[in-house]
Amino acid sequence: MVQVNLSRNILSANDLLAQKNRELFASNGNLVINMMSSPGSGKTTILEKTLGKIKSQMVVGVIEGDLYTDQDACRLKQPDVSVIQINTEGGCHLDAKMVEKAYQDIIQNDQNDINIVFIENVGNLVCPAEFDLGEDKRVVVLSVAEGNDKPLKYPLVFRQADAVLVNKIDLLPYTDFNMEKFRQDLIQLNPGVRVFEMSARTGKGIEKWCQWLREEFEKKQG
Amino acid sequence: MHELTLIDNVLNMVRINAENSNISRVSKIKLVVGQLSMAVPESLQFAFDTIKGDDMFARSILEIEEVAIQCRCTDCGKQFVLDHAYHFCCPKCQGRSIDIVSGRELYVDYYEGDEY
Repeated sequence: MVQVNLSRNILSANDLLAQKNRELFASNGNLVINMMSSPGSGKTTILEKTLGKIKSQMVVGVIEGDLYTDQDACRLKQPDVSVIQINTEGGCHLDAKMVEKAYQDIIQNDQNDINIVFIENVGNLVCPAEFDLGEDKRVVVLSVAEGNDKPLKYPLVFRQADAVLVNKIDLLPYTDFNMEKFRQDLIQLNPGVRVFEMSARTGKGIEKWCQWLREEFEKKQG
Repeated sequence: MHELTLIDNVLNMVRINAENSNISRVSKIKLVVGQLSMAVPESLQFAFDTIKGDDMFARSILEIEEVAIQCRCTDCGKQFVLDHAYHFCCPKCQGRSIDIVSGRELYVDYYEGDEY
C-alpha cells in the first residue's frame, strides 16, 4: 500500500485558466468586472444604464451568461458595444474556460481596443462565488425586494465582493427592507466593501457607480 | 454547490496520477474541505458513493477533513475561530481588518492505493 500526497485544489483546472485570463486581461489593459446576483435583481438593467453613461468615454464589451436564450444580449446590443452571449444549458455558473472563449470573440469583433469588460454571471448567489474567472472586481447586485438578510445567508459571495449594488431603491416604501441592518450585516462580513444604492429603473445612484468604475479603470492603467 | 462535478474532478485527478504512478487500485482518498467553501461534506460523500464506479475506485473510501474558519486580526494579531453569525470582528480589540487564515480549502490531500 502506498500513500501519494497531492495537495491539489479540486478546482485547480479552473484556477489555472482564471490566472491565464487575468494575465491576458492585464496585458490588454482591460478592467474586468464579474457581476453576480440572484435572478431578477436587475443586473441587465443596471448594465443598460451603465453602458449609456460610460460608452462615450470607454470602449465596453459585455459577456452575458444565462442557461438559455440570448434575451439579455439582445437587450444590450448596440452598435458601439460588443456583446457575447454564453448559454450554459444547465450550468449554474460561468467558468474561466467559457469566459476565455467569449473574450476572444469580443476582441476579435472589436476594431478598437476594449477598455472595460462586464461579465454578467448566471443568476445564482452560491456557485459563482467559487469560480474565479480572472476578473479584477467582483460586484454583487441585490435588490431591495429580496430582503436585507442575504449577506449572512450567502457569506462567501458577499465576503468576496469589492462592491455591492443595492438596486430597486424606488421600491423601498413598498418593502420591509432594512437598509441599516443590511449595511451592518454586510460590513461585519466585509468591512472594506463599497456599497452603491441605486434604482436602475429611475437612474438614481447610477452615476456614483459609474464614477467608481472610471476610477478603477484609471487605477488599472496605473 | 455541485458536489457531483467536484467529485468527478477528484476522481479524474486521482485516476491520472494513479495511472502515472503504477497504482491499480485506490483504497482511500482524503479531502480537506473548509467550512467557507460551498461544498457540503455529506453531499460529497453521496456523490462519491454514487459515481466511483467499479474499477479503480470500487473499494475506495472517502475521508473528509472539515476545516473551521480561522481568522487573524491584522491590528492586534489575535487568532480566532469565526462564529456562525460570520462576525468578522476581532473578539479582543474589535478590529475589522480580518484575514481568513483557513476555511476556504477544497483540495485532495492524499490518496492510498496498491501498486501493480
